[in-house]
Amino acid sequence: MENINLTLGILFQLCQSLLVVLLAPLLTGWVNQCRAWLQNRSGPGLLQPFRTLRKLFHKDAVIAYNASPLFRITPYILFGCMWLAAAIIPIIAVDLPFSPAADVIALVGVFALARVFIALAAMDIGTAFGTLGARREMLVSFLAEPALLMVLFTASLISQSTQLPRIVEALAHHQFVLYPSLAFAGLAFVIVLLAENARIPVDNPGTHLELTMIHEAMVLEYSARHLALIEWASSLKLLAYISLGIALFFPHGIAEVGQWGALPLAIAVLLVKLTLAGAGLALLETLLAKMRIFRAPEFLGTAFLLAVLGLLIHFLLGA
Amino acid sequence: MPITYPNLHLTRLGGAIPAWLGEIEPGDLPPICQNVADGGGRLLALWGSDARELGDGFALHVALVNEAGLICLSMALDAVQPVYPDISRIFPAAGRMQRAAYDLLGIYAHEGHDHRKWVRHGAWRGFPLRKDFDAAQNRADEPDAYPFVQVEGQGVHEIPVGPIHAGTIEPGHFRFSVVGEKVLRLEERLGYTHKGIEKRFEGLTLQQGAKLAGRVSGDSTVAYAWAYAMAAESIAAVTPPDQALWLRALFLERERIANHLGDLGDLGNDVALSFGFAQFWILKEQVLRNNAALFGHRYLMDKIIPGGVAADLTEPGRQTLHEECAMLEREVRLLRGIYEEHAGMQDRFIAAGRVEPKLAAQLGLCGLAGRASAQAWDARVQFACAPYDRLDVRMATYRNGDVAARVIVRFDELFESLRLQSEILDHLTHDGELATTLEKLPGNGFGVGMVEGWRGEVLVAIHTDAQGNLTRVHPHDPSWQNWPAVEHAIMGNIVPDFPLINKSFNLSYSGQDL
Repeated sequence: MENINLTLGILFQLCQSLLVVLLAPLLTGWVNQCRAWLQNRSGPGLLQPFRTLRKLFHKDAVIAYNASPLFRITPYILFGCMWLAAAIIPIIAVDLPFSPAADVIALVGVFALARVFIALAAMDIGTAFGTLGARREMLVSFLAEPALLMVLFTASLISQSTQLPRIVEALAHHQFVLYPSLAFAGLAFVIVLLAENARIPVDNPGTHLELTMIHEAMVLEYSARHLALIEWASSLKLLAYISLGIALFFPHGIAEVGQWGALPLAIAVLLVKLTLAGAGLALLETLLAKMRIFRAPEFLGTAFLLAVLGLLIHFLLGA
Repeated sequence: MPITYPNLHLTRLGGAIPAWLGEIEPGDLPPICQNVADGGGRLLALWGSDARELGDGFALHVALVNEAGLICLSMALDAVQPVYPDISRIFPAAGRMQRAAYDLLGIYAHEGHDHRKWVRHGAWRGFPLRKDFDAAQNRADEPDAYPFVQVEGQGVHEIPVGPIHAGTIEPGHFRFSVVGEKVLRLEERLGYTHKGIEKRFEGLTLQQGAKLAGRVSGDSTVAYAWAYAMAAESIAAVTPPDQALWLRALFLERERIANHLGDLGDLGNDVALSFGFAQFWILKEQVLRNNAALFGHRYLMDKIIPGGVAADLTEPGRQTLHEECAMLEREVRLLRGIYEEHAGMQDRFIAAGRVEPKLAAQLGLCGLAGRASAQAWDARVQFACAPYDRLDVRMATYRNGDVAARVIVRFDELFESLRLQSEILDHLTHDGELATTLEKLPGNGFGVGMVEGWRGEVLVAIHTDAQGNLTRVHPHDPSWQNWPAVEHAIMGNIVPDFPLINKSFNLSYSGQDL
């Protein structure tokens, strides 16, 4: 019985790992498509990110003379980190075998690890833009990270655990309760999601103005397969964040490991959630303008404040 | 007389705009410039010419403007030691023009304080605008050194940007000295699109020259073509037919409308409001398509020719333009409301890249950017040539001098141009003659034309040789005056605001690099 459970678990795990890696570019494509529609443009279609990836994988990489091995391995580390993150967040089934490997705090650590490497790689080349981007990335992330932790703590307090499966279980499989503390945490999470994924209003993923870039400035020197992996990792990161949001705030409809029958429904529900989240993100990005970079700390400060309010409400109301 | 100065004799030049020509001694240049500057006048252009074939040595020409009109001063310079007094202390904008004049012709300002090459970039040896210059024999192998001004202090570092950018824009190099994100100093280096336009003009026929003039800066092709035609008509003492003048004004206003629409969209894009970008560019595209359908060219290139115009408007075409006008008026009013009420956008616009009116006056800021800093100059108003003398152009000015002010001036001018276009359409008849014959210019002539393009006043000066061919043509873009102001506008702002500030000026590289 034990063995069967483990095999089933691994099958579910493989299933989710494959799903996220294929779904991530599709989600990015969907967000871009929605943005195009909202601007009266026809848009490049859902599959454009895959075309971009194929194009990049077919190109020859150009690497600066003074690049160290760090510069070369960073794309792989980045991709690995984001894949891992996206694979262990319970979105289609609760008890994945890899999930206990990292609780929510370790998950934040995985994101941080990726960030450290990309920032180091950006400075490794020694161009002004790389350093500029790394500096700005750190400015944004050192404020986003505590806010994210606060959000996760709020959810952990409700379920009395920092293990994601326990949190999801507590929220998904008990009777439907509205948690006011989670409402505040949810708002804070959206702000962190925008900042961490280099979206408007903090950064602009579509810009060609090198002086305004944050994330893009760090990867300006990358090309071909390296750039493809970085782009893919960015898509995976967006997916991971949205999945995390779904797991924390809307986990309903998720399957238990071993329930094959519930799996198609769980995947369908997940797709609907991702579609809605992507459209919502596109709408937000269409409505907002990019803020001055020194407004970003205020913006993320708001996120932190909201998350702390969530915590306080939990202690005061116990909900 | 536009100015009084002892022993200065000015002769009125014929043509559509009030312009005078005077021969002076080089020594008289600084006091006359001071005189004009004290009276609120500005430097418009500075260029040199080679008259050694006539035994005169070199010549320096300076175009000044005050409220009376355009004052062109010419002075003969020695053939062996062509030197003239520096005027960049009176008009800061003269600095780069003087440097360019040295690069191209080898005439130089006495006691000029900046001797770095401006347009040369080490591409040639010698001076290409000298008549005895042989391009094939004078290729240089080494680029010039170009020491940027160093800013020193704790934590100060430099960010070099360009000339190759991440987007498809014209090339220019920007050297920022920053502390953290704050810009202490910006130094521009331009000249990357120098293509020898002035040299190319030499010996062209009048008609070939008109085509070349329309290609100095593609987004201002109408303004350049008109200014060139105006200069030629002033030499030949020809007045184009009425219908042609109305059509020229129509083309010029359409160029302004298209460019303002594009810029307003781009300004939205630069603050990541792609919605605004898409909407304004849909409108701009509509204007360009109507241009192509009605006149045969999206940007109206080669539609203004010396003596008149090369395209007419049909009655159905007039109807199309009336409808387009109404549509644009409606849509732009809607979009203006969105822009003005968008808190995130206004937060980026307001107080960014401010050029105070006092500084603007000192730098001689002109055109749209000047009007946003309370410099009330608009050639359509002050020197209204036909048909603007029959239109009541309302000048749009604003005092704040920031990005928001330049956006407001753009909107105001856009609506004014739409109004003018309607008025022009009502004046157009359909049976008029389109062009007066103007085949060849008289010999040894000099004429200037000045037109208020969408960016500012575009000036074209033409010198002809004894046979009436073009011997020297100087096209002058308003960007010459305004590029140095961008260096001031960014000071104290943060690095990521530069693209927005730069776009709010949207200056021409090609027009100033020539």
